[in-house]
Amino acid sequence: MGNVVQRRTRGALRRCPFEVCGNMAGLELLSDQGYRLDGRKATELRKVQARMGVFAQADGSAYLEQGNTKALAVVYGPHEMRGSRSRTRHDQAVINCQYSMATFSTAERKRRPHGDRKSTEMSLHLKQTFEAAVMTQLYPRSQIDIYVKILQSDGGNYSVCVNAATLAVIDAGIPMRDYVCACTVGFVDETPLADLCYAEESGGVSSLALALLPRGGQIALLQMDARLHQDHLEALIEAAMTACKGVSKVLDEVVRQHLQEVSVLTGE
Amino acid sequence: MKTQYCFKKRLRLYSLFIVVMLKSKTFVKKTRSGGVMKIVREHYLRDDIWCGSEVCTECKQESTVLQRDACIESSLCSYPHYLIPDTNVVLHQIDVLEDPVIRNVIILQTVLQEVRHRSAPVYKRLKDIVHEKEKHFYTFTNEHHRETFIEREPGESANDRNDRAIRMASKWYSQHLKTSETGADGLKVVLLTNDQGNKQKAEDNGLLVYKCEEYIKSLIANPELVDHLALSNDEKNEITSSKVLFPEHLPLSKIQAGIKSGSFLQGTFRASRDNYLEATVFVQGEGEDSTEVLLQGLQNLNRAVHQDVVAVQLLPRDQWVAPSSVVLQDEGAAKDDNAEEEDEEKETSFSVKPTGKVVGIIKRSWRPFCGMLNVAQIKESTRHLFTPADRRIPRIRIETRQAATLAGQRIMVAIDGWPKHSRYPNGHFVRSLGSAGEKDTEQEVLLLEHDVPHQAFSQAVLSFLPKMPWAITPEDMVRREDLRNLTVCSVDPPGCTDIDDALHCRELENGNLEVGVHIADVSHFIRPGNALDKEAANRGTTVYLCGKRIDMVPELLSSNLCSLRSNVERLAFSCIWEMNHKAEILKTRFTKSVINSKASLTYAEAQMRIDDTSMNDDITNSLRGLNKLAKILKKQRIEKGALTLSSLEVRFHIDSETHDPIDLQTKELMETNSMVEEFMLLANISVAQKIYDEFPDCAMLRKHPPPPPSNYDILLKAAKSKEVEIHTDSAKALADSLDVAKVDGFPYFNTLLRILATRCMMQAVYFCSGMDSDFHHYGLASPIYTHFTSPIRRYADIIVHRLLAVAIGADSTYPDLMDKHKQSALSNNLNYRHKMSQYAQRASVAFHTQLFFKSRGILNEEGFVLFVRKNAIIVLIPKFGLEGTVFFDTKDKAAPNLVFDEEVPSLKVEEHTFCIFDKVKVTISLDASNVQHQKIRMALIEPVIPGVSVPAPDVGPQAKKPKLDR
Repeated sequence: MGNVVQRRTRGALRRCPFEVCGNMAGLELLSDQGYRLDGRKATELRKVQARMGVFAQADGSAYLEQGNTKALAVVYGPHEMRGSRSRTRHDQAVINCQYSMATFSTAERKRRPHGDRKSTEMSLHLKQTFEAAVMTQLYPRSQIDIYVKILQSDGGNYSVCVNAATLAVIDAGIPMRDYVCACTVGFVDETPLADLCYAEESGGVSSLALALLPRGGQIALLQMDARLHQDHLEALIEAAMTACKGVSKVLDEVVRQHLQEVSVLTGE
Repeated sequence: MKTQYCFKKRLRLYSLFIVVMLKSKTFVKKTRSGGVMKIVREHYLRDDIWCGSEVCTECKQESTVLQRDACIESSLCSYPHYLIPDTNVVLHQIDVLEDPVIRNVIILQTVLQEVRHRSAPVYKRLKDIVHEKEKHFYTFTNEHHRETFIEREPGESANDRNDRAIRMASKWYSQHLKTSETGADGLKVVLLTNDQGNKQKAEDNGLLVYKCEEYIKSLIANPELVDHLALSNDEKNEITSSKVLFPEHLPLSKIQAGIKSGSFLQGTFRASRDNYLEATVFVQGEGEDSTEVLLQGLQNLNRAVHQDVVAVQLLPRDQWVAPSSVVLQDEGAAKDDNAEEEDEEKETSFSVKPTGKVVGIIKRSWRPFCGMLNVAQIKESTRHLFTPADRRIPRIRIETRQAATLAGQRIMVAIDGWPKHSRYPNGHFVRSLGSAGEKDTEQEVLLLEHDVPHQAFSQAVLSFLPKMPWAITPEDMVRREDLRNLTVCSVDPPGCTDIDDALHCRELENGNLEVGVHIADVSHFIRPGNALDKEAANRGTTVYLCGKRIDMVPELLSSNLCSLRSNVERLAFSCIWEMNHKAEILKTRFTKSVINSKASLTYAEAQMRIDDTSMNDDITNSLRGLNKLAKILKKQRIEKGALTLSSLEVRFHIDSETHDPIDLQTKELMETNSMVEEFMLLANISVAQKIYDEFPDCAMLRKHPPPPPSNYDILLKAAKSKEVEIHTDSAKALADSLDVAKVDGFPYFNTLLRILATRCMMQAVYFCSGMDSDFHHYGLASPIYTHFTSPIRRYADIIVHRLLAVAIGADSTYPDLMDKHKQSALSNNLNYRHKMSQYAQRASVAFHTQLFFKSRGILNEEGFVLFVRKNAIIVLIPKFGLEGTVFFDTKDKAAPNLVFDEEVPSLKVEEHTFCIFDKVKVTISLDASNVQHQKIRMALIEPVIPGVSVPAPDVGPQAKKPKLDR
């Protein structure tokens, strides 16, 4: 028994020496009555609110809240390639994504808003997601920039970013195959939980993030780095897809309402 | 109504919930590093949380829990009503709530969460009640209900807020039930609280509210419930004088500060078995340096109870004392023979030990205790003292009206508290286990005292059983090998219904032998993480008592679906070797399979088949092949240094009608026993190697550490006295020297020596390979070992099955299986359960031995001296496998002249010297003078020592208590 062992297990062992099952000491993520910590049921999403066209300078922009996670997405382009020309693609547009978190977005002030490994990874994921959704072949030799900033973080950062960016891309008038909608799902007590909040994400749940093109049911990105029994994977993906479709309904409503407002303003 | 409709439609369409109201909960939390963090959480309020009552027409609930007809005869509430207990009522009166009489109770989420936070055991019990359909307990999620949620007001404490939330929910219920159309039948809700302030406020709000005691006492039809009531602290009607007996305990904050500064020490309180005024506190230090602090006197013990975690303060050095050597039982309890321990204490009586006093209790570890009631002298008194079976637990004062019925019964009592002006802790009656001395009662007691989970399996657990009629499906067959055509058979003890292993052996075309060990595929039925799995993991092992089996998995699995009975198709996990005729393994493979056992044999039947030369069928040939190989394997194993040790196992012949033991015999071992054992060992070793190769970090293995050399002292000395030399340098040396150890004219000597050697050994334990580096199994002389062959009765085997299944790609893995810390915690539990089950088994054998001797009166038997002590000899009666102590001094009589020589060791009593292995003759009888601690008593007949030995009594019932001297 090395030192490491003692340090890592001491807390749990002290409380109850022969605790064998579950994380009793922690939070109860799903009550017997089927309610989660914040009062949602397993399949229910957090409240989604969004606005499009929040900035005039950019080509497209959107603000999206999913519960307490809030994100701002801004899109520039398509425009000519900037910076190194070597990245230019002759058959399609290049998508450039940058993800960052505001220093005030977490409970403890963040030191470095962007450029750390996590943000870089997230940027890459976003890039992959939108490469699958945006019809890049329409804009050869050009570039589309998507900037997303998390203003407040409460779990599901990736999905909120994707959802916000989708609205921003639509606002910019860039054609997409479909809305890209994303959602995280977790697995607790044999039940998939949709749209995890931070408390759930950090409570030792195996979670999975999925970005979906809902109409065709194509998966744009699927990411999971937790352990999960393979028997459960299908159920979890199923739940994630249902949740994504839920999100797409909301986004669709937001877009339609925005169009209505704009058309009233322009007098069409 | 319309909005509600809309919302429902949306819910169906989007599976998305549009919230009625959204609140944010903000609170600050201290982080581990000491900083303060602000946490913001969303809190959704909904209006689709239903009330759960049968009466209600407003709520759109699918099923209801609370009955329309919630009647209970109460002098306070003559109308049907639902109860809402507050947190403290649940925490303290869970015994009352568990009573089947109490039904139709609303458990608020606030209460449930607070209980969860405050006490895990009570929380589990509460959840069990809620799951039970007949109890009609409904959990109301009041914190997320739009109309019952309240926010904490500025300046309000969390407790006050929760109390207010409970009142709010009660109020909502009473109005809700009133407005519902059929509510005319006067259904009401009654809030139960013991908090005076809360009660007052609730009354001001117009709620029906009673104190728990008040309400329970009003249940005229069920007066027995009153006994279950825990005594609350504010009850001032103590009989004790107002004089303060004990110093106040310090608050936790002061204790923590004291421990940090080093002025207090934290440790586990261990009461002395022999002296109620003395205890030690075991202080776990950093690494090796743990110390023991001695506590003496009621004041210094300061209301700590055995196993509590306490804070102690050391007394100044000049007040340090030595442990006393007096046996002190609290007030006139029957005296017992503890001279043995007493003497050991005398030895150390000159050394002064660090002495201290308890200043505070960090954690109580009170559980319900088994014991008996001492009925008070005054007939009408309702207060009685309770004496626990465990002598280290103080007597407990309880209040009951059924003392007359409870006298002579074994009962369970829980401690509620220990006020500083009370000599004894206060408790309450939990339940009766039955008459003392009766078999069922005593069995229950020993299960409880050894912490063996033995309740019937809960509904949640049973729900994971396969549905009957069960059959093997084509999907099952896909990943399995079809071995139904093989001549597989099982060999077990007679009457065995949980057959977890079967064997086969056949000759291959190339002349080699194929040997298969087929183990019940329990992991196919018990899937990781479900309630059934958790229950099995907690139980850890099946416990075999005399005439009773406490199953680890429900009977449907243990005796039916997993039991490899003959002529039915069963799922198995097979380990198949190809061997040559020298029993060398050429190939090993593992596979999930389907088998159809051709015969379930007993050891004796199998032996008969092997010996009967006229039989020549497949099964018999298979057995002969196995037997031949087993003999070679055994020889090889013994050459490697495996120990064959001996312990006498007894078997009772139980009368089929009265279930009383009528005869007792030591278990006989046949060749076939060792045949089966040999292949099980081989399978275990093969599997251990395989799973360790695949999962070096998280394989569950079993090791048996070599004993420290000092353990062998007694064996060496004993052997030397008969001029036999024993080598203990290695297992092999020990095994060899045991083999040659023989004394002419003393055929039993070798067995005795092996029994002594067994006592020197360490306990084998499960461990996780990632957490340890020493895997050696000393007794089996194997570098690696695990348990694979009995998944029906051991949980470790299920884990090993899962690991092996993953290793061969037959099943998928899950996170906990690969987590070495979780594996390690699990092995700790399994080791603990295994140890306790062994103790329980021994206690059960001891109890049955007592029953046997009770019916026999007094017997005269021959025996051998197994150990020599300062004032006693320990005698083994081979006929019964029974061990007993013959004392040469008792407290009330002058001791004979005793001279003890530790070197030989020998004990000289008057003129006669006793050495180990001496043959003696003793009388055996049952000493029933103390009902709670009956024991077998032995007295010496031969050799005759004047003044010590007793004349051989005629075997008859009149002499119930033989005198030890004169």
